Amino acid sequence: MSGLSLKYEVPGDDFTRAGEASSDVKRKLKKLGYDPDAIRRVAIAMYEGEINMVIHAGGGQAFVTIEPQRVDIVLEDHGPGIADVEKAMQAGYSTAPDQVRSLGFGAGMGLPNMKKYTDEMTIDTEVGKGTTLKMTVLVNHKS
Amino acid sequence: MDLFFHSVVLDREKCVGCTNCIKRCPTEAIRVRDGKAQIISERCIDCGECIRVCPHHAKKTKFDHLERLKEFSYTIALPAPTLYGQFNNLDDIDFVLTGLKQMGFDEVFEVSRAAELVSEATRRLMADDSLPRPVISSACPAVVRLIRVRFPDLCPHVLPLRSPMETAAGFAKTEAAKKTGLPPEKIGCFFITPCPAKVTDIKQPIGIEKSMVDGAIAISEIFPTLSSKMDKLEQIEPISESGIIGVSWASSGGEASALLNDKYLAADGIENVIHVLEELEDERIRELDFIELNACSGGCVGGVLCVENAYVAKARLQRLRKYLPVSKNHLREEIPTVMNWQESLKFSPVLTLSEDLSEAMQMMMEIDDIGEKFPGLDCGACGAPSCKALAEDVVKGLAKESDCIFVLREEIQQMADIFKNISGHEKHEK
Repeated sequence: MSGLSLKYEVPGDDFTRAGEASSDVKRKLKKLGYDPDAIRRVAIAMYEGEINMVIHAGGGQAFVTIEPQRVDIVLEDHGPGIADVEKAMQAGYSTAPDQVRSLGFGAGMGLPNMKKYTDEMTIDTEVGKGTTLKMTVLVNHKS
Repeated sequence: MDLFFHSVVLDREKCVGCTNCIKRCPTEAIRVRDGKAQIISERCIDCGECIRVCPHHAKKTKFDHLERLKEFSYTIALPAPTLYGQFNNLDDIDFVLTGLKQMGFDEVFEVSRAAELVSEATRRLMADDSLPRPVISSACPAVVRLIRVRFPDLCPHVLPLRSPMETAAGFAKTEAAKKTGLPPEKIGCFFITPCPAKVTDIKQPIGIEKSMVDGAIAISEIFPTLSSKMDKLEQIEPISESGIIGVSWASSGGEASALLNDKYLAADGIENVIHVLEELEDERIRELDFIELNACSGGCVGGVLCVENAYVAKARLQRLRKYLPVSKNHLREEIPTVMNWQESLKFSPVLTLSEDLSEAMQMMMEIDDIGEKFPGLDCGACGAPSCKALAEDVVKGLAKESDCIFVLREEIQQMADIFKNISGHEKHEK
């Protein structure tokens, strides 16, 4: 069976709107009756990714495919790219500016959390060009 | 037991079919069909928002009347502390409690006393770290019902303790049975309630099999008689046994501050409550131990069955509790079983589209397609709270696309064009 494809624009200039796309995906998954644990993992991972796009890359696009056994999230931006992916994956490593940290973000847990909550994650990044982040959450439906 | 008992009901005579209530309902449980509002039973959480917002007073609460006292040999009033905030110039809670006895109750057991015991039990449960953090209060029945239908992940976080009302009934009944020698079924406990959700919580409790409370009487119902009784009192009986903690439960923040731990949050008003629950669900609220949530603005003092403005009531309670000791009720031993829930909160997926995932998926695609045809104004004229909700109703077969006046206008326009063409052709033929 084919899945449900969703596309979102994540605006880079309005921080108060960050998280709207992941919220909508969460709402849809609930309506579809997905396993609550899978919904939670999708919501948290996608929210972290969305926030990252807003803070570091001036926004971008989110593509989500919902299939019975898996949810795929692709976050694409044309921001500065990640210079050292390995370092960025370390818990607590952050390049977020102070004004963002003062809002309680930028604790350096974004990528580590995304990895923790998803089953697969790949980062395709080039400095100066942008970043494409792919995440997959596998769904086990309890019946 | 009636699975979908509701205390919030519609007065069809008074309903004019306007859209005020459908827009306000936090679970999108109301539709206007054939010119009258309809409540979708399995979605309603009895929060009372529709009662508050209806300009025609067409939404009301089912509650008990004083005549029911006759069904019992011995009756006990269980006043919510909110009641104390309804009276002007009150400086002694005993005026209210003595007045309640004058109205026909044999005894009064303050719910604020039980609230102090619930606070102590919560402190103990929180100290042994066995509950998942943050713990969410279970005292507001509308909030518990909201979590049950919308927030599956948060169900295990809900405090598995009975509410102060339920705890009060448990203790009051046991004590009265001992004192009078009567069997418990001859003793009637009546909650004096600020809200409809409590009425539902008695008829159809969550976490326990059967409520110990026998009925609920609205504060607004007893207020006139009670105040006139209070005006004529000659002697005041020393009944009150409540401290600051118990009385404070009436307003938002009271329950949380009684935990004597500053890692808490207290949110009130259904919209604010939903925002907090959404953020909790996404684990965006960390480092907090306790979450107090009240569906009504201001807390229980904001209940729709109160007579006084929530903030005035709150101010009065602040004054009233000023010279009380911190707490006058304490648990002697372990947390008694009558205070615990018998089962934890279970998610009830009433908002999902279909039990069958592929069918649900198909429906969602159709909903998105149909939704494209609507103007996105969420005007409510179709009877659904939003264009999205109408699209969902259409797919479920509960409404039709032309319920949307914009779609209808287009259809009429098309028809008009067809007629114009036909009559145009006829003219040519002549």
